[in-house]
Amino acid sequence: MKNKKKSFGGLGQLTIPVIALCLLVIFNLVRDMLFIYYFKDPNYVSFFSIELTKNNLDNMVFAGNLISIINGASELAILAMGMTLVTAACGGQDISVGAAAAIAGSVFVKIIKMSPWVNGIVVLFAFVCACIVAMIFGSFNGTLVAIFKIQPMIATLILYTCGRSIAYWINGGATPTVSSPVISAIGSFIPGIPIPTPVLIVIAMAIVFKLLFKFTALELFTQSVGINQSAARLNGINSTFIKLLSFIILGVCVAVSGCIGVSRLGLINHETLLLDIEMDTILAVAIGGNNLGGGKFKISGSILGAYVIQMLTITLYSMKVSSTDVKAYKAIVIILLVVIGSPVVKEKFGKLMSKLLGNRSKTAVKGA
Amino acid sequence: MQNEILLQMRHIDKVFPGVKALNGVDFTLRKGEIHALMGENGAGKSTLIKVLTGVYRMDGGEITVEGKNISIHSPQDAQNNGISTVYQEITLCPNLTVAENMFIGREDGAWIKHKDYEKRADEILTRLNIPARSTQQLENCSLAVQQMVAIARAVDMKCKVLILDEPTSSLDDKEVNMLFTLMRDLKSQGVGIIFVTHFLEQVYEVSDRITVLRNGELVGEYLTEDLPQVELVARMIGKELDELMDLGETEEKEKKETEVFYEAENLSSTDALPFNFAIKKGEVNGFTGLLGSGRSESVRAIFGADKVTGGDVKIKGQPVKITRPIDEMKNGIGYLAEDRKRDGIIAELSVRENIILALQVLNGMFKPISRSEAEAFADEYIKVLNIKTASRETPVGSLSGGNQQKVILARWLLTHPDYLILDEPTRGIDVGTKLEIQKLVLKLAEDGVSVTFISSEVEEMLRTCSRLIVMRDRHIVGELKGADLNQAKVMKTIAGGEA
Amino acid sequence: MKRFKAMVMAGVLALTLVLSACGAGGGSGSGGSGGLIKVGVINNPPSESGYREANVKDMESVFSQANGYELKTFYSLKNDEQLQAAQGFITEGVDYLLISAAETTGWDEVLTKAKEAGIKVFLFDRMIDVDQSLYEAAVVSDMAKEGETAVNWLLSQNLGTYNVIHIQGAMGSDAQIGRTGALQAQFDAGKMNMVVQQTATWDEAEAKKIVESVINSGADFNVIYAENDGMAKGAVAALDEAGITHGVNGKVVVMGFDCNRWALRELLAGNWNYDGQCSPFQAQIISDIIQGKTTISSKIIINEEKGFDAATLTQADIDTYGLGE
Repeated sequence: MKNKKKSFGGLGQLTIPVIALCLLVIFNLVRDMLFIYYFKDPNYVSFFSIELTKNNLDNMVFAGNLISIINGASELAILAMGMTLVTAACGGQDISVGAAAAIAGSVFVKIIKMSPWVNGIVVLFAFVCACIVAMIFGSFNGTLVAIFKIQPMIATLILYTCGRSIAYWINGGATPTVSSPVISAIGSFIPGIPIPTPVLIVIAMAIVFKLLFKFTALELFTQSVGINQSAARLNGINSTFIKLLSFIILGVCVAVSGCIGVSRLGLINHETLLLDIEMDTILAVAIGGNNLGGGKFKISGSILGAYVIQMLTITLYSMKVSSTDVKAYKAIVIILLVVIGSPVVKEKFGKLMSKLLGNRSKTAVKGA
Repeated sequence: MQNEILLQMRHIDKVFPGVKALNGVDFTLRKGEIHALMGENGAGKSTLIKVLTGVYRMDGGEITVEGKNISIHSPQDAQNNGISTVYQEITLCPNLTVAENMFIGREDGAWIKHKDYEKRADEILTRLNIPARSTQQLENCSLAVQQMVAIARAVDMKCKVLILDEPTSSLDDKEVNMLFTLMRDLKSQGVGIIFVTHFLEQVYEVSDRITVLRNGELVGEYLTEDLPQVELVARMIGKELDELMDLGETEEKEKKETEVFYEAENLSSTDALPFNFAIKKGEVNGFTGLLGSGRSESVRAIFGADKVTGGDVKIKGQPVKITRPIDEMKNGIGYLAEDRKRDGIIAELSVRENIILALQVLNGMFKPISRSEAEAFADEYIKVLNIKTASRETPVGSLSGGNQQKVILARWLLTHPDYLILDEPTRGIDVGTKLEIQKLVLKLAEDGVSVTFISSEVEEMLRTCSRLIVMRDRHIVGELKGADLNQAKVMKTIAGGEA
Repeated sequence: MKRFKAMVMAGVLALTLVLSACGAGGGSGSGGSGGLIKVGVINNPPSESGYREANVKDMESVFSQANGYELKTFYSLKNDEQLQAAQGFITEGVDYLLISAAETTGWDEVLTKAKEAGIKVFLFDRMIDVDQSLYEAAVVSDMAKEGETAVNWLLSQNLGTYNVIHIQGAMGSDAQIGRTGALQAQFDAGKMNMVVQQTATWDEAEAKKIVESVINSGADFNVIYAENDGMAKGAVAALDEAGITHGVNGKVVVMGFDCNRWALRELLAGNWNYDGQCSPFQAQIISDIIQGKTTISSKIIINEEKGFDAATLTQADIDTYGLGE
């Protein structure tokens, strides 16, 4: 409702991620046109083509770049939701999410391996355990930030540094594997449903967040704490609790994405599971138009941000750009996005627009 | 010597968006005098100081030093013209030595050898009788000595005009005396000192002349010995009689009801000394006193805004334990903070969200006010309080000061409090809105709400309050009601002492 | 205040002395218990990789008390810490010093001291830049040979055309350089077609994304050459989702490296075709030399590299050569 109303006058916070997505779509369309009509490459498959194929487990599933994008961005999108909340409340970011996800994933695998057989209940129990562990680590971070008032980046640096070692202790050095129809149903496809399960989980998490904001006053309280902590306190908001809570909620997101990561391949590699995802997560939050200094936020922006990052990666992959170079290209695009989204550019652009439109009468409410 | 004019500021204007902070202010400083600059909050004294030290550019007027016209565009310009400032918060580096602090960042200090400037620093310290050694770490010195080192630094930079901005606010009596000795020393050496403080006694102890500002305008310049304390207070506070105002007689304001709503004994907080206080149902009372007298700190203690350190509190006769604002809110108390920007508005959130905030907190995390309900509340109060906003979704930060204040008022009114504490609700807002707020206070009282009202404008308080608690130097020094509620009596009590 | 700091410092110092004394004391105390050969092993920590874990376990099981050894170990990723530990072992007076160094430089002094003290030095897994006279023998893997073995196996499959997806490890690592070399030579010679060559920096999920994007582009391929097991598994996951058959009798030949037990089981099940190994088992070779069971002709001993074909793999091989669980 809210978004619809706003979209008439402009997308507000979502302008940047939407523009970025559009640009990527246009870029790929142009590339498609070139290959199909100019080079007349008969083997060329459109970037946007989606086909229904039968996978090796005899399920009909969708496949194509678009599916790869929304599927591949799942962990990132889920982490970005939690990170948005932490960013809003604490004005800082958790850089330990990748390491914490490795821990959660290790716990998930450990519990499943301890059981003599694997079924839905065992997997659910393992997930709950992973959640609890991730929430404990989340509250550890949260305590450092909310009670000891340590800068979030510094506080989470601790877990960032030691998290993957902790994950190693849980399962040992080799890459333990678990295989079960339940695990592959979580990580790839549920028989009969052609959409990758991680995508469904992202949708479920988004709904959970939506409900959380609908049935609690968390959104208002978090924003108040993030914008003006002193005023929030004088209005009776327990800012320590709100910050701690944001880290615990992020902990749940970490557990979910860690378990998806493990389930995709049925294997845990504590060194590479969701490696370097913390920076992508923070970027997703930033691209989503959220202020990294805290305050007002929009979860939907961060989710879009995650898809922008993934679409960029897949686009570059489909152009056979070397994956070592992908990072450099990503950096360039992100610099552009962040600069375009900066208040300085926005202001300049706004002035330019009003000049172009010949708006002589300024209708600013400010300073009245 | 005292007749030789050192510094003259003429017709100084300074305009901020929407506010004329200084309006044709004159200020004259003579050689070898200590000149107190007085005024309440928003009177323009800090603006004047900042114009003089190059922090702000003036919009009109002229400044002469020793008869020469000068222009000041930066703090560096000010220093080059012999104008130095020592601020309230010490701006030195605590981890450097005294000598290093005296010479750091100075053009003439850069090429001097360590030993040399330690020697030079010791000479100055001895000359000024400052009990510190040049090689001492600054952080090992007392606050007063640190303050004095800052002054010594200024003196060594050949300053002619020394500005001391609230230098005594964190010093104890003994330290204040040390500082005064140093000030008198400098005075005898011909330095002109501008002394900004809110301690009246200190003004009378050390200053030769007083300039009073009010609302960005010059009230007058006086010899200290010619201006009794009560007169000074009257000039600072002023008498902005409002002819439009017709709020009925004082007697009517006294309520017949006797039920005490809130009662505190020996209540103290980290910022407030122990005091006793009680308010009846439907009563409007006020805390008055000059800035820094402890009036805001006391009401903050009542709301638990600062950490409460002791005292017994009863609400409706029942003992309650107060530690945090939420405890008070649950007992039906609301608090509109003095500093609207820092403690009041959530600037980036909408008017709607700001209005429902306190009620939402009271409802708790799990009973969110629905969107439609919130919209209805917001619309209602925008109408009732006549809040001028583009829409209820406008960020509150883009509203004018008066309308922001109304939003916060709405926030508390929405909680239907039994007792509302309003600290400077009328500061920095236009006359019309001031009247509306005063009327609202009286209407609330009629409806049985107790109100504590603080304003630096005594007139306003006389019109609204049936009882005034007067504070000076962090203590309650009097309680006025009935016939005593008149300007003369209030001024006298605020000024205290010999007046 | 300063005095307090000084006291704390003194306390910490004393504590470290006591602790290090304890460590040393423990060594010399048991040193008396007759006849055992004292071996000091300096290695990287087992948490480094599955390879390292197997390597450390192998060392510990071969140089056991039952086999007549007294083993002292030190694990670190940092060269200077390793150097200090080596120094410590020399002072304690071990008989043999076994080193897998974190860096190739900086060891001259320590090894000279060891030689002077009459301690025999063996290098394992990794070479060090020192004069050959400073060590008895170096038992190392030849990463390039490992790659060659794998590529030769691939050529022996006579596929007709080779359209290869090449997924590389972290660029610049020994394993990546060794495993890439032989295949790159085939690409350069035009005997095999490179469909795509990408690094997934050992990351399984990244490998899956790379293969996915190839499938989405519609390119044709029949070999996946992944430089470790995890990435091979990622690649296979992408094939499975796209309904592309693989392994023995499948459309796509899948090759991995490291020989994790789980990977060998995939081979046994016919899901993959080949798994190569850079052997982590050097302990027995060194032990044999120490005990005089084998004599050495060259100072550098190349560890035999295994390569397993799904067609010939047995459960016994998995039990013997598989890493991890």
